[in-house]
Amino acid sequence: MSGNSAVGEAAVLAGCTAYFGYPITPQNELTEHMAKRIVEVPGGVFIQSESEIAAINMVLGASAAGARAMTSSSGPGISLKQEGISYLAADELPAVIVNMMRGGPGMGNISPAQSDYLQATRGGGHGDYRTIVLAPASVQEAADLVYVAFDLADTYRNPVVILGDGMLGQMMEPVTFTTAAPRKEYPKEYVLSGASGRPSRMIRSLLFDTKEEEEHNWKLFRKYQLMEHNEVRYETFLLDDADMAVLAYGIAARIAKGAIKRLRQEGLKVGLIRPITLWPFPMKIIQETAKQLGDFFVFEMSTGQMIEDVKLALEGKGHIHFYGRPGGVIPTPVELSRIIARHCYQSQRSKKR
Amino acid sequence: MKGFIRIDPERCKGCSLCMEYCPGHAISLTNRLNLKGYFVADFEDKKECTGCAVCAVMCPEVAIEVYQIEKTDER
Amino acid sequence: MKTVYCRPKCMKEAHFHYCPGCGHGVITRLIAEVVDEMELRDKTICVAPAGCGMLLYNYFDIDTIESAHGRGAAVATGIKRVRPENLVFSYQGDGDLAAIGTAEGFHAANRGELISVIFVNNGVYGMTGGQMAPTTMLEQVTTTSPAGRDSVLQGHPVKICEVYATLDGTSYLERVAVNKPAAIIKTKKAIAKAFRHQQQKTGFSLVEILSPCPTNWKMSPLDSCRWVDDVMTKVFPLGLIKETKKC
Repeated sequence: MSGNSAVGEAAVLAGCTAYFGYPITPQNELTEHMAKRIVEVPGGVFIQSESEIAAINMVLGASAAGARAMTSSSGPGISLKQEGISYLAADELPAVIVNMMRGGPGMGNISPAQSDYLQATRGGGHGDYRTIVLAPASVQEAADLVYVAFDLADTYRNPVVILGDGMLGQMMEPVTFTTAAPRKEYPKEYVLSGASGRPSRMIRSLLFDTKEEEEHNWKLFRKYQLMEHNEVRYETFLLDDADMAVLAYGIAARIAKGAIKRLRQEGLKVGLIRPITLWPFPMKIIQETAKQLGDFFVFEMSTGQMIEDVKLALEGKGHIHFYGRPGGVIPTPVELSRIIARHCYQSQRSKKR
Repeated sequence: MKGFIRIDPERCKGCSLCMEYCPGHAISLTNRLNLKGYFVADFEDKKECTGCAVCAVMCPEVAIEVYQIEKTDER
Repeated sequence: MKTVYCRPKCMKEAHFHYCPGCGHGVITRLIAEVVDEMELRDKTICVAPAGCGMLLYNYFDIDTIESAHGRGAAVATGIKRVRPENLVFSYQGDGDLAAIGTAEGFHAANRGELISVIFVNNGVYGMTGGQMAPTTMLEQVTTTSPAGRDSVLQGHPVKICEVYATLDGTSYLERVAVNKPAAIIKTKKAIAKAFRHQQQKTGFSLVEILSPCPTNWKMSPLDSCRWVDDVMTKVFPLGLIKETKKC
């Protein structure tokens, strides 16, 4: 099953009943899967919208009406959705947004890239807000993280972004759908259903009173702190005895794993830290690793975006190496292993001196 | 049929549309200011009011309530 | 003693923020009256816009959500598709529906979404201080058309009802006004009709309401009401534009 279809299928199994999308490569299989699949679910809603802007606003409406709602797109379309994501965060409405990244900026191309990291992890739209960002590295993990994404969205009443790339979306892998644990019931006292037998409700983000707006911002901030405290996810690989830690996420991490296996055969002690949540970023494990080793190698399919978070985590400690391939270029594990090896040897030499 | 109206002085913004459209010219602008700083309109008791509610239909502030005095009340 | 008129039940006690003589106040009240009379308070969901109508949720005692500027029809679509049993209407101004939200409104209409749009046309951007709107009259002076709207440079007034009438998804389109008692009573009937069309699932319904904006037109409230008749209705003729089925 392709990553795109797997995300769609997992969403349906996770209870998503409302999907709104607009065609853009390389995520079309997701929209197409939903067109067939979500209408089989009772109350399932599928609309191919007139634009990405309309799609995210339909998500906002569906979420306010109490549905598990989702949309998906790629770079240029995600830029258009930022307005709606900002409103979702401000209105405290749950939603899942899938971004299968492609080469940018501008029209860019339709090849896999990781150039939307900063947009995704810094909120992306206007105002002081954050979204949880999940970065799967395989089709199976993409499917698994969909369940997580909907639960996190409902738990915190906040939009959650699944940040994949064109490669993850397009590639075919076997996948099993664990229809997960029985779904938790989340309090839905905000849902608009018509004020029958209860006081009327309002969902809004307009707060003219500066004090009220400030308090709203701090309330959101406290929620984001809670996420930073509770929701950090990452994977480590061969890190215990490592002299150098590679930092990569998503498909880049998968390439890095392949490279590390080769480097280990060469006797180079290289390990991997793979952030699964890009926001909140796994700061602690990086800081702890910095006590044990001094070399960090950041690999991204961009000119370097996650590296900013690594620098923030290390607070000037350690030495950061970087290799980036923007524009939709996917380096092979062999290519990457050679680059990492070069950095390893250089580093060993400078230490001897 | 006789009627009368009540204008909520705090809702009234003195736009005077009720006065202009009242068939009996029974509403006028007073020189009283409300808390918002508007001169407010008020009903003139002595003038003819049938309770036709045209004033309430025109009022953009929903500030006017209209009543009719039924014959039983007059007794 | 008999009460001829009192405040609608589904209105909160809050005072309007609208300027003196503004048509929004009348339209807000008419919607509340219709919701009361059709006993819809328990199932109505209102989508409030960006613009002068944005504080609707302070006035209606019904479930209300704010939408981003221009996105009302998309938000209403999302709600209505998830909750088809509810009555969903979107309240939008001319900048909202005829400029920034052209795509959302047009395509909701084209899909025949079972929502009602209350479209307030006062020919200017009111909340932001009276800039030129897509519906501004030719030669009308606004803060961004200080020499009067020039069709060569700034195009022509957009006639939403006529444009939407060409779409097969629309079932009821009527243009009304709130500048005098008879017109206001007609407007109320039109709003009720739009809601009935939604209830009977005939298609997309929209009521375009010509509404005075004394502050930004720089006229007295009474002169604004007259200007609607004298100038606006010449460009935006009142009346039923389309009704596919009697409701």
